[in-house]
Amino acid sequence: MAHADLISPATITDPQPLVIAGREFRSRLMVGTGKYASNAQMVEAIEASGAEIVTVAVRRVDLDRGKDEGILHHLDAEHFFLLANTAGCYSAVDAVRYARLARAAGFNEWVKLEVIGDQQTLLPDSIGLLEATKTLVAEGFKVLAYTNEDLVTALKLEDAGASAVMPLASPIGSGLGMLNPYAIRIIKQRLSVPVIVDAGVGTASDACIVMEQGVDGILMNTGIAAAKDPVRMAAAMRAAVDSGRNAYLAGRMPRREVAVPSSPTTGMLG
Amino acid sequence: MTQGSVVTETVAGEVVIIVNGDERRLPAGSTVADLLASLKLDPRTVVVERNRTILRDRSSFAMLELATDDSFEIVHFVGGG
Repeated sequence: MAHADLISPATITDPQPLVIAGREFRSRLMVGTGKYASNAQMVEAIEASGAEIVTVAVRRVDLDRGKDEGILHHLDAEHFFLLANTAGCYSAVDAVRYARLARAAGFNEWVKLEVIGDQQTLLPDSIGLLEATKTLVAEGFKVLAYTNEDLVTALKLEDAGASAVMPLASPIGSGLGMLNPYAIRIIKQRLSVPVIVDAGVGTASDACIVMEQGVDGILMNTGIAAAKDPVRMAAAMRAAVDSGRNAYLAGRMPRREVAVPSSPTTGMLG
Repeated sequence: MTQGSVVTETVAGEVVIIVNGDERRLPAGSTVADLLASLKLDPRTVVVERNRTILRDRSSFAMLELATDDSFEIVHFVGGG
């Protein structure tokens, strides 16, 4: 039967894989690696999330701490698809520099491109983002662009050759959930490249609601890492992403402002 | 001293360079490979940028000699979102 997969397995099978830049992924949940209490906890949480794409940041090696071996000492790069970010970059020039350094590490030519425009909100600088996207696409990068939930910018990023567009649900690390579902839906409807919601998801219901808008995936970090029990939250996020995706595919019932009885109105006692 | 600023005092037989914002002194004739070895870094786990140019070919590290006032950035991947 068509829905046999829904009956017993804990994880519901998606009929279609997520495809970004020609590469297929089974998981629609991508996770960050920052802010964990320990590397062991990070690894356990990532495994519980079921994520295949895992983001990392590029930073100076701390030369005074001989023990600092970088994240790849803890994370098996064979097992995950490493997606380097340009977090902390406030100009296109800096973001391009970080992206080039990340590519030189030799794993892939993908980058989660961030060009931040404001320190308090960490909101993206759309102009710098577009500029950096054009430069990196011309150099052969697969650019996944972190952006505002703004349709026009999203369209321009797609036009500039971005492999995926990543509108925010709400500011990075805020845990406020999705503030503008209309904007997210219209971006998904109008773009051909995958739309991955990045940032702002605070708990499982947030993730579920994001996926119910029909977007292709979610990237989160703090929502898992800052939970009291990150490993359990990672499992909850995995289920929520699957659940929201499935609810989107199932197609929700229409909303009505008056009640409609579920039981027959005929056959009542005389 | 600020990152990338010009080194003033040099001693004969030494090269004075900037690595990740800090001054370092190595014997004259030292190579990029020597620099990494002195920092106990495995070349395969880091990316090296010299004077804003990425040194892509790790096999060249043993041939590239350091010059006074070179500015290096040595980076790797850390946790991030």
